[in-house]
Amino acid sequence: MVSYIWLFLIIIGIGYSFLTGNLDIINDSILTNGNDALDLMLSILPIIVLWTGIMKIAETSGLLRKFAKLVEPILSRLFPSVPKDNPALGFIASNIAANMMGLGSAATPFGLKAMSELQKINDKKDTASVAMITFLVLNTAGVTIVPTTVLALRIAHGSVNPSEIILPGVIATFCSSIGGLLLDYFIRRRSNK
Amino acid sequence: MNMFSKIVIPIFIVFVIFYGFKKKVNIYDAFLEGAKEGLMISFNIFPSIIAMVFAINIFLDSNFVNAVLGVFNPILSLINIPLEIMPMALLRPISGTATLAIMNDIFIKYGPDSYVGRLASVLQGCTDTTIYVLALYFSSIGVKKIRYSLGVGLFADLVGITVAFIITMLFF
Repeated sequence: MVSYIWLFLIIIGIGYSFLTGNLDIINDSILTNGNDALDLMLSILPIIVLWTGIMKIAETSGLLRKFAKLVEPILSRLFPSVPKDNPALGFIASNIAANMMGLGSAATPFGLKAMSELQKINDKKDTASVAMITFLVLNTAGVTIVPTTVLALRIAHGSVNPSEIILPGVIATFCSSIGGLLLDYFIRRRSNK
Repeated sequence: MNMFSKIVIPIFIVFVIFYGFKKKVNIYDAFLEGAKEGLMISFNIFPSIIAMVFAINIFLDSNFVNAVLGVFNPILSLINIPLEIMPMALLRPISGTATLAIMNDIFIKYGPDSYVGRLASVLQGCTDTTIYVLALYFSSIGVKKIRYSLGVGLFADLVGITVAFIITMLFF
């Protein structure tokens, strides 16, 4: 999928500038591209390193676990088809907690474990279960409180108040979660009838 | 409102470190261990950043967006949506690195505190890359029939992106 997008961007870019006779610009662009990538990397690297360090403290001290416990009661309501003591709920909670703290890549292992636990209680192994879909909606709409890379880039580009986007971001992501969950709920209810 | 966004991170950090200290975790070693993981993560995403910045820069520098998507400009400006943000809104569910590269480009051209810069920031933070996550998670357990999941996921993205536009307009 990403391959197609990549191809599309490059072909359109080069093709269009060929047609409009702007090949000079594209040549410049290709040759200086690497610097842009390196700049981008250098501006987000420190905060990723710093943030994963801080969050490791939260993980080893059991804070992340405790937070996950806190949201588990809500989760068992969202996932009526999953038994209350199933380990999947714990993994889902940890995944959401990690996502909230802006640790996308740390959230993934929890998410994969949650999926394999859900697969164990899935009747048709090649078909997505209702619980899986609810989980993925929750995951992809993912409420993010601290968008680390965005903050890092804003700081790198000299923003006066880098964190001013946190609150609007939380509201937007909250709405997308609710929207996704509502649609998921209605589809589930209709297919139950 | 402004105060809230300024104190949320410092308070969170103090809380995490102090909690770890009270639970007798070796906070410094834990930090170093996590930081090492973070370094590995950054190292792993570096190739995809190079690949995406490469493609996005060619795409944006070709002026295709202005020339072709510019057709929609009258409609977009009517609802106060800058044209530069459109590629980002369209690519958001597919590739997080691609939109990161576009956001970087917007910050260079207009600055992070411009309206379009703020809009890009909110957009980047508000949803995850639905298509990528679905592909990764379902393929990891061998599920082939994904039923209505893509539809619901993209619907959630659409809600998030729409709200991001409205909220940014109201806030700034």
